[in-house]
Amino acid sequence: MPRDAKQLSPPTMDTLKEGVWKENPVFIALLGLCPALAVSNTALNALAMGLASTVVLLGSTTLISVLRHLIPKQVRIASYIIIIATFVTIVDYTIHALSLELYNALGAFIQLIVVNCMILGRAEAYASKNRVITTIINSIGMGAGFTLALFLVGAIREILGFGTFFGIPLFGPDFQPWAVFILPPGGFIVLSLWLVLFAAIRRRKEQRKEVAHVA
Amino acid sequence: MSPESPAFLFLHAFLINNFVLALFLGLCPFLGVSAKIKTAVPMGLAVIFVMLVASLCAYGINILLVHFEIEYLRLICYIAVIASAVQLVEMTVKKLSPTLFRMLGIYLPLITTNCAILGMALFQTFNEYNFVQSLAYSLGAGAGFMLALVLMAGLREKLELASVPDACTSAAISFMLAGLLSLAFMGFAGLGG
Repeated sequence: MPRDAKQLSPPTMDTLKEGVWKENPVFIALLGLCPALAVSNTALNALAMGLASTVVLLGSTTLISVLRHLIPKQVRIASYIIIIATFVTIVDYTIHALSLELYNALGAFIQLIVVNCMILGRAEAYASKNRVITTIINSIGMGAGFTLALFLVGAIREILGFGTFFGIPLFGPDFQPWAVFILPPGGFIVLSLWLVLFAAIRRRKEQRKEVAHVA
Repeated sequence: MSPESPAFLFLHAFLINNFVLALFLGLCPFLGVSAKIKTAVPMGLAVIFVMLVASLCAYGINILLVHFEIEYLRLICYIAVIASAVQLVEMTVKKLSPTLFRMLGIYLPLITTNCAILGMALFQTFNEYNFVQSLAYSLGAGAGFMLALVLMAGLREKLELASVPDACTSAAISFMLAGLLSLAFMGFAGLGG
């Protein structure tokens, strides 16, 4: 069938790239926002959270893709959640063992990866319908896009809120930090500004395309 | 008020550390269902109910898990219980008011993946609240979610009539509003001693 042929087409560069830019989970699809804002007050925390989510995403979508013919349709969501929860528990215990400092900084938000709608969304919309290899590539792209988005938000908040970048002071001793950017309102405002920027870029691109079309 | 008293915990979750505006929990439904007050209120009530049920179940399950020393299964058990509670609410709403059921749409089953619910269950476990404290905390969390949702819906209904720059898509301007609301809620810090 042609529909199957399309779904089983070999993975391309686009499979990897669409998660980073065109379908970026945070900036375009607005998924997984809670961790994107909650732990992104420094670049390091944001990066750690992004990587942890990527590991969970990759592990669970791979397993779901392998098992996609075995999971009955009626209980698929419950099965996906159980699989995701398993990987989250693994990541949670791993971070606890590796770095207690990071574990305390991220707090309950590692365990809350389980309800990150990005992961369940990928499982339902992609992993349950595609081959293992395409799923792996797509998940790496999505994870990279998610990590990038978190990093962008976290970096801005750290630079303005602490005056540092990965803990390195940037502005010298006279800098007066904008405390509001480390606090919750800063998360909303920085994310909102990134959304405006990306929307503006996309609009300009579309307008250019229209102009080219008319000409 | 002592920081342990149920009344303080209620206030704490309701205003001081509002789940949506200070802890960033439950943002997806917060943005998805806050377009109209008419849908925001029933959604808020549904979340309060699920919060209470989930809190009770989580309290019971945690005692069992600790007794059998299988705490590593906590996450899986909690999420399974929340999913069942949501299913229950969904069936009840469908039976009682099909109109409301259609209005809430996809966001009703998505309460399962509402991090506010799981977050509340995890926080109450980490902080080792007793039964009454857990109940007060979950009620505050649910009410806080509803408050934020209704406030936001009111603002967004007004926003429909305002002219905003083209690049500020609905999500971007909503986040800006949420940021200002969050700033306002920071004024509650220190409330109740």
